Amino acid sequence: MADLHKLAQMLQELDDQMVACMKCGMCQAVCPVFAESLNEADVTRGKIALLENLAKEMIADAKGVQEKLNKCLLCGSCAANCPSGVKIMDIFLKARIIVNTYMGLSPVKKVILKGMLTRPALFNSLVSVAARFQGVFSTPVNEIIGSSCSQWLSPVIGDRHFLGLAKEPLHSAVPSLDSAPGASGLKVAFFPGCVVDKMFPRVGHAVLKVMAHHGVGVYLPAGQSCCGIPALSSGDRDSYEKLVAANARLFAKGRFDALVTPCATCTATIKELWPKFVDGFDATTKAQVLAMSEKAMDVNQFLVDKVGVTAVDKPTGGTRVTVHDPCHLAKSLGVRKQPRTLLGANRDYELVEMAEADRCCGCGGSFNLAHYEVSRSIGRRKRDNIVASKADVVATGCPACMMQISDMLSQAGDRIAVRHPVEIYAETID
Amino acid sequence: MPSNALIKEFQAIVGKENVLESEADRHSYSYDSAVLDPVVPDLAVRPTTSEELGKVVRLCNENGLPVTPRGSGTNLSGGTIPSKGGIVLLTNALNKIVEINEEDLYAVVQPGVITAKFAAEVAKRGLFYPPDPGSQAVSTLGGNVAENAGGLRGLKYGVTKDYVMGVDFFDVNGELVKSGSRTVKCVTGLNLSALQVASEGTMGVFNEIILKLVPPPAANKAMMALFDNVDKASATVAAIIAAKIVPCTLELLDNVTINLVEDFTKAGLPRDAQAILLIEVDGHPGQVAEEAEKVVAICKKTGATEVKAAKDEAERNKLWEARRAALPALARAKPTTVLEDATVPRSKIPAMIKAINAIAKKYDLTIGTFGHAGDGNLHPTIMCDKRDKNEFHRVEQAVDEIFDVALSFKGTLSGEHGIGLAKAKWLEKETSAATIAYAKALKKAIDPKGILNPGKIIGG
Ligand SMILES: Cc1cc2nc3c(=O)[nH]c(=O)nc-3n(C[C@H](O)[C@H](O)[C@H](O)COP(=O)(O)OP(=O)(O)OC[C@H]3O[C@@H](n4cnc5c(N)ncnc54)[C@H](O)[C@@H]3O)c2cc1C
Ligand code: SF4
Ligand code: SF4
Ligand code: SF4
Repeated sequence: MADLHKLAQMLQELDDQMVACMKCGMCQAVCPVFAESLNEADVTRGKIALLENLAKEMIADAKGVQEKLNKCLLCGSCAANCPSGVKIMDIFLKARIIVNTYMGLSPVKKVILKGMLTRPALFNSLVSVAARFQGVFSTPVNEIIGSSCSQWLSPVIGDRHFLGLAKEPLHSAVPSLDSAPGASGLKVAFFPGCVVDKMFPRVGHAVLKVMAHHGVGVYLPAGQSCCGIPALSSGDRDSYEKLVAANARLFAKGRFDALVTPCATCTATIKELWPKFVDGFDATTKAQVLAMSEKAMDVNQFLVDKVGVTAVDKPTGGTRVTVHDPCHLAKSLGVRKQPRTLLGANRDYELVEMAEADRCCGCGGSFNLAHYEVSRSIGRRKRDNIVASKADVVATGCPACMMQISDMLSQAGDRIAVRHPVEIYAETID
Repeated sequence: MPSNALIKEFQAIVGKENVLESEADRHSYSYDSAVLDPVVPDLAVRPTTSEELGKVVRLCNENGLPVTPRGSGTNLSGGTIPSKGGIVLLTNALNKIVEINEEDLYAVVQPGVITAKFAAEVAKRGLFYPPDPGSQAVSTLGGNVAENAGGLRGLKYGVTKDYVMGVDFFDVNGELVKSGSRTVKCVTGLNLSALQVASEGTMGVFNEIILKLVPPPAANKAMMALFDNVDKASATVAAIIAAKIVPCTLELLDNVTINLVEDFTKAGLPRDAQAILLIEVDGHPGQVAEEAEKVVAICKKTGATEVKAAKDEAERNKLWEARRAALPALARAKPTTVLEDATVPRSKIPAMIKAINAIAKKYDLTIGTFGHAGDGNLHPTIMCDKRDKNEFHRVEQAVDEIFDVALSFKGTLSGEHGIGLAKAKWLEKETSAATIAYAKALKKAIDPKGILNPGKIIGG
């Protein structure tokens, strides 16, 4: 059993940040997890109180606090709504590093994080083996969404309607690229992120098509690693640092104006979290990490703000599309308008807003694995809002949200397609 | 600690998942929004039906176990800190709007309904529920009634008590007591509903509340007036009322608040202004236009350096931005925010602000004051760091002195935040020994074992 006194001392580091919480409770209004359980320990205020009490050694059950701390989507809704401006995400991530390092990772997480994620080559080959065999084990259930379910796998994944791994991941189809800037005079580094690479390569292809169309040069180096958020949010700082350092070294070799990602979570991680967790790097790596972080930009934002894509004047409509604002895009990065502008650039679509467009879909990365039932009921509310908008298509700039929303729509038997805004914009280019 | 057998009995009533007994869960019900020391309850119990609610209260009484009802725990006076242990009784799953009656203009709700959600449901039907505490996005209607919560619209529309037509509550034996009615007029029996309002969970546990609804105003107009001294701003408040205009909101921000809001929002507020008044009139469009014109004229006459009137909804929102930013701006300035609600007769506002500023100086503290100038309800907000023992001691002294001054102006200890644990020791000073004795006798008769939120309001 962990030595509580030591754990408490480490947590005291966070005291300066935690004391800013005035316990007003306003975070209750926006926390999706609290809305499901109505338990104070599931909302920010409760978690901060627990960490404070653990730091003061008023609580003996560190494991109980660890569980409460991990039962959080890290969606940032509370931080965006906190009158006191408490740096909630910093507190939660640092606390997870301290508490989870101290208490140890769960065996499953250990295998995933330490055994697989930090070894991109092994990860890729495992995934490609899985992709080849998955057809044998699963049955397609919804061809519009492209989801399947699997009785064989149900002990592990429950009755999720998961999206199959792509037959050909992006890194196989396009191992690397280094093209010169064209008409735009711009060049981007392209960081597709794990989920786009392995599940939605079609989004990656759309990005490449759009960049080529606008004369934007692309640097896509082979051997990219994950952005590190699964490791960081599990409190596994070691794995996190390995992943970030590997990426930093790789991208330092290219020259580019912006580092573009089609994944809200990757962009938010690179832009906001990377600069905060650099203490462990040597000077060179640190500089590389910071340089990459500074250039990180969401692809919707890049296309609208830098390339100058605008909505068309008189759309003809036809296909009704609604937008889900990923937490990491809207709340962390403030990107709300650009995806809508991008959709508006395709005259065949008509934008219809859903209620609570920026309410979290409930995925939250590994939260979905650990707390599937909660994740599912949060997701159902998202699904209900999508359906109520009467849209034919839901567009969202985060592949993790795409997975979650696909699962929810598929389970309900809805015939609504899930796309990335870039895919819809790419349709305008022949 | 309750015995295992007792825990099993609670579980039998509300189900296992609604009895929270782990250390982590109990610790998260040890505090509320007041800056007071937490106390960990023995158990937190969450009934999901009226029947369960009654049974839980009864079981507690049988076992002499203190019961602290808790809505959202946003009260600022320690009303939900289980100071004598026992159970925290969670009302937030009792969150059904039972009825919204559009013909007779009332609604029936369970106590755990969130205030803002209720107001929105009512608005959807073209009606209006005016009480709007700053915490409405999370506060519960049960908590609002138990604290007699007020809001920005208090001046014209009154506070929660003006909308309570009836409260059905459980007594300590778990028997349902009915009071009030669905009629506008009702003089049947003792006014037990009124006894429940502001009782902070010490007189019964609410089961259902009947609330009055009103038609919404057809139009509104917002204005902002700047002043180079507080006296002029206060004189303006008096002059507006004297002109027989009752604005729906009349809010004041002092110089400290203005500067912090400006640091925070960069909205272009004049840093040297000593006071800002935010005024909104509402009602029939013709009347609104006429009153708005008069208000502007009064402000100019009483010495406002500038008066801005909102032309449309967007501008109106912009004006209110400053008020909405007041608490966040103050809360961000320092780690600990002590928000008080000393309330004085309107005419005493300049004297009160002067006194608060003198107290700030005397104890070397930063105090920003904003609040409901129209009804004399000010929020002197002390920005400090509770970890600094010396400073926090000065804060406590300053708070004592603020109450002293408010009482000397024939004001009151609390305009809206309640007495709870925080101000119980002050009660006699505002009232009398006989008042406390009367209240204690009443309490003893209805709650002989003293299980209902013990220690709150009248101490003990
Ligand atoms: C940022 C902020 C702004 C605020 N602004 C305002 C404001 O503008 N105006 C204002 O008046 N207050 C304000 N408050 C104070 C607070 O929000 C109100 O007192 C509110 O009414 C409390 O509601 P709650 O549901 O959180 O109740 P709680 O804090 O949970 O409980 C309050 C009291 O009600 C009792 N209670 C709860 N449910 C029941 C029940 N079913 N039966 C019997 N007793 C019960 C509790 O025991 C307790 O004594 C503010 C607080 C914050 C943090
Ligand atoms: S909203 Fe912010 S200050 Fe208020 S309780 Fe939540 S975290 Fe604390
Ligand atoms: S990050 Fe999201 S899930 Fe976690 S406490 Fe905040 S609002 Fe709730
Ligand atoms: S994947 Fe869902 S959970 Fe993650 S940021 Fe997107 S909206 Fe929130």
